[in-house]
Amino acid sequence: MHPILKLLVQRIALGLLLLLGVSAVIFLGVEALPGDTAQAILGQQATPESLANLREKLGLNDPPLTRYFQWLGGVLTGDLGTALTNGADIATSIGQRLGNTLFLAGCAAVIAVPLAIILGLVAARYAGRWPDKLISGVTLTTISLPEFVAAYFVIFLLTQLVPIFQPVAMVFPGMGFWERLQAVALPVIVLVLVVLAHMMRMTRAAILNVMQSAYIETAELKGLSPMTVIWRHAFPNAIAPVVSVVMLNLAYLVVGVVVVEVVFGYNALGQYLVDHVTKRDLPVVQAVGLIFAAVYIFLNMLADIIGILSNPRLRHPK
Amino acid sequence: MRIPLSALIGLILTGTFLFVAIFAQWIAPYDISDVSGGQWEGPSAQFWLGTDTIGRDILSRLIYGAQITIFVALASSVLAFSLGAFLGFLAAVKGGWIDQVLSRIVDLVMAVPSLIVALVMLSVLPLNLTVLILVMGILDSTRVFRLSRAVAVDIAVMDYVEAARLRGEKGTWVIFREILPNALSPLVAEFGLRFIFAVLFISTLSFLGLGVQPPLADWGGMVKENKDGLIYGKSAALLPAAAIAALAISVNLVADWILTRTSSLKGGRGG
Amino acid sequence: MAEPLLEIKGLVIEATSYPPGEPPKDVTLVHGVDLTLQKGRVLGLIGESGAGKSTIGLSAMAYGRGGVRLTGGTIHLNGREIRLANAKALRELRGREVTYVSQSAAASFNPARQIMEQVIETSLSHGLMGKVEAEARAKMLFRKLGLPNPDTIGNRYPHQVSGGQLQRCMTAMALCPKPDLVIFDEPTTALDVTTQIDVLAAIKEAIRDTHVAALYITHDLAVVAQVADEIMVLRHGRMVELGETGQIIHRPTQDYTKALVSVRSLEHHEKPPAPPILQVQNLTARYRGTNFDVLKNVSVDLPAGQTLAVVGESGSGKSTLARAITGLLPPSQGRITFSGRQLSADLAGRTKDDLREIQMIYQMADTAMNPRQTVGTMIGRPLEFYFGLKGAERDRRVQELLDQIEMGKGFAQRYPAELSGGQKQRVCIARALAAKPKLIICDEVTSALDPLVADGILKLLLNLQAQEHVAYLFITHDLATVKAIADKIAVMFKGAVVRYGQKSDVLTPPFDDYTDLLLSSVPEMEQGWLEQVIAHRKMESAGN
Repeated sequence: MHPILKLLVQRIALGLLLLLGVSAVIFLGVEALPGDTAQAILGQQATPESLANLREKLGLNDPPLTRYFQWLGGVLTGDLGTALTNGADIATSIGQRLGNTLFLAGCAAVIAVPLAIILGLVAARYAGRWPDKLISGVTLTTISLPEFVAAYFVIFLLTQLVPIFQPVAMVFPGMGFWERLQAVALPVIVLVLVVLAHMMRMTRAAILNVMQSAYIETAELKGLSPMTVIWRHAFPNAIAPVVSVVMLNLAYLVVGVVVVEVVFGYNALGQYLVDHVTKRDLPVVQAVGLIFAAVYIFLNMLADIIGILSNPRLRHPK
Repeated sequence: MRIPLSALIGLILTGTFLFVAIFAQWIAPYDISDVSGGQWEGPSAQFWLGTDTIGRDILSRLIYGAQITIFVALASSVLAFSLGAFLGFLAAVKGGWIDQVLSRIVDLVMAVPSLIVALVMLSVLPLNLTVLILVMGILDSTRVFRLSRAVAVDIAVMDYVEAARLRGEKGTWVIFREILPNALSPLVAEFGLRFIFAVLFISTLSFLGLGVQPPLADWGGMVKENKDGLIYGKSAALLPAAAIAALAISVNLVADWILTRTSSLKGGRGG
Repeated sequence: MAEPLLEIKGLVIEATSYPPGEPPKDVTLVHGVDLTLQKGRVLGLIGESGAGKSTIGLSAMAYGRGGVRLTGGTIHLNGREIRLANAKALRELRGREVTYVSQSAAASFNPARQIMEQVIETSLSHGLMGKVEAEARAKMLFRKLGLPNPDTIGNRYPHQVSGGQLQRCMTAMALCPKPDLVIFDEPTTALDVTTQIDVLAAIKEAIRDTHVAALYITHDLAVVAQVADEIMVLRHGRMVELGETGQIIHRPTQDYTKALVSVRSLEHHEKPPAPPILQVQNLTARYRGTNFDVLKNVSVDLPAGQTLAVVGESGSGKSTLARAITGLLPPSQGRITFSGRQLSADLAGRTKDDLREIQMIYQMADTAMNPRQTVGTMIGRPLEFYFGLKGAERDRRVQELLDQIEMGKGFAQRYPAELSGGQKQRVCIARALAAKPKLIICDEVTSALDPLVADGILKLLLNLQAQEHVAYLFITHDLATVKAIADKIAVMFKGAVVRYGQKSDVLTPPFDDYTDLLLSSVPEMEQGWLEQVIAHRKMESAGN
């Protein structure tokens, strides 16, 4: 079997194993923490009988491992349980909201990725000179800001100082595509700002690393034009690290989405999660937490796989 | 010793914040819960930065907020650091199954973004300062573990460490006299970065309602309280936001300077 | 007199250095050098590191590596001034009239593209030939340079061929566009001793067949004597001497040149056999987790106060032998006897005296010294640790040791970063001596140093041996060093000892195949030596 296939299979298996481990942590780890679910739902005034009844009803008296496997089995068949607060089916609640989150993240990614690569290229090309210093300086400041801080600055800027947008992003089912875009314009801008800085800095570093390799000098000494050097020699070797960087930062986007949704009241998965953490609705939190974790793990795994696939040493073994 | 302008600004600002945080009780003009003004009043002689959503003095709350924010961030960073660096060094020097087990656990925790893990844990745990510090500290210690382990491993394979071992030096000597002095600069810079991250993290948690609970207030919580004012053009929420940004940027400048300065020191871990 | 191909007059090259914490300052790397090269001639540029040879060589295509600037003088290539030429003009001459062969082919080839594509790239981009013609020429060059499978090797990726083969591919890449001048920048320095000779011979033949002119840059006088018609000796960016090869190596006029020439003539009178202080018997070892032995049944011994040189190329097991003796790699079989007592296989089982009496000096002094400790601390620690010396008494002894290694007062407070390469290695020697050892293992201690500096270190080591009666296990790949310092020699190949005995015995024929190969691969400072070796090898393989 081609060695690269073996590596790929190993990496995918590792990803799945990690996901399993994380699910265990999310379920069992939380069980281990102090805090009585039944108590939390019924409050301080609950009688011991009602507590016992609720525990029986929720199946809290079964050993944790059994409950874990029941939950896991449910997850794999699409049943994510029911919310404690209102008894709604979690999977259905998530369905629509997941779409909204992906839409938001997708729009941000579509803008941020090409922008980050271009800016990274420019900064690398003029490394040490003013374009680089300018870009690096601006991104340094945006990196230092938490997402919500950046969000409110942008809101203030674009809704008060220069009123272009609305400070709330409302989407509901049945909206047309363009309407959706308009509604999410501001949160997308904020998300882009948050992710752009990291992505651009890492892209710059990856490209610089390639540009400073010995074989680039060889190409220059062969009298090739700068465009040929970049296109034929730098680019093929820069793709892998740059794509890896993009994937890693898309994973970073997962976190940014949660906060931005809360800031704008955007009715999607992040908002859903935070609401139910406040309400201490454990099943919801576990289910949504698992989904976010899965996306994150998947993107990281994709980054690794691309790294493996684009390494000429692995593609063409001795 | 020439200090570049950016680092100087960073040092001055950071120093100011620290000073304010330590002496908050003596500096703040009003008490933290003192409702003495109207809602969202603008800056005046009585309230230098105006009032917030219930009529409390923003300046005083910012000052107390500095104390809480910096205290929580510092405490969790110290926890993260002691735990992470100790275990990281242990894993690097001992190797073997200790290294394997620790690294796998860290991989597992780091496989999920910190915010998600924190949210999951905070949905069960009581919300007080101790819990917050513990949760943030333990989550962050994973990153410190990775860095210190990598730094220690890089140093441990150097010939001068082998020379010390061949001499017959005991493990403690090797760690404290050979490895640690050369690991200091990246570690110190990392502490700065961890602190910044902790500031941002606690602010975010408070903003989401899951961090510092009333009557205590940190900057993130202040943003949450005042954010509705933005719709009416009342910029009260921007002040704590700006404070967060200022603290983060200033510590960043100092950490950057330390990294560049000490990697050019005689030896150190340059490059 | 025909117009010269390359004429450089008064070349000045500068760079900016950025010492940390201080304002940047300009340094002059080359101070007004003149150089003339006729068509078809080979000029060797020789000097130690920092002499400016690569910098001057690259100026032949008006290129400054790493921000280096050609600030003065004139460079005429084929009659045109190129120092001040614009980027477009430079792109036209680079890769066409002048080409470059770097020291490390592995780093210079694009890992993502096949070899053939890169070899013919410049011929195509300059419009010199069509693709079919270029490929045919490339294959012809591959054949001429002695590459295996010349018709198909172009289809491989750089990481799929060996170092020596890749260096030849790089030479083919330089010769493909039929240039007037090729700059060879230390092309064989990074290769194994036995591979060097083949590549060197291939290069020489290719130069002769294509009638190309060449600048051959190296620090090894014996190597350059094989290929160059003229030699220019450089030092600190200035020319020391210029002349025909024969004159330089037989009748050098400048002191510095004389020193370079005599570096290889250090001789050492071998001591008679004596009872051993170190006995290695049937040592077999392997690294944990691997399934092959890195040491195979090795048996050698070393008399007290004498030197055993362990010679071999990379992968021969010589450094592994050192690790086994020190206890870092416990052997699976065999025993080590030192000073009459058997040594524990593992480091943990050794007594303090065992550890004290065997000391080690490393190849790279940079990584062998803790950058955060002063010279005094480093030399003082063994004194504290083994003998309990403290305070003034310790400092006095440190100064004694510093005197012994010929470094004077004021060095005890210095940090490693403030020392030169030779000084660092001396401090490492002093650190080893501080323990009053009976055996010092020297692991390639001169390999990373310039020839003159290395010479100084070897002389120091010999003096110290006479003073302190300490035995050396001297590990090296350089046979000239072996002749200079050894009493006994062990030749290692793939983990086993293939030849062992007194120096004079080992170096006298008849030889086994490997020793023959090894000994014949060390360039002698004689013109025509290379041809002899190649002829000899052809005869051998024809006879087999």
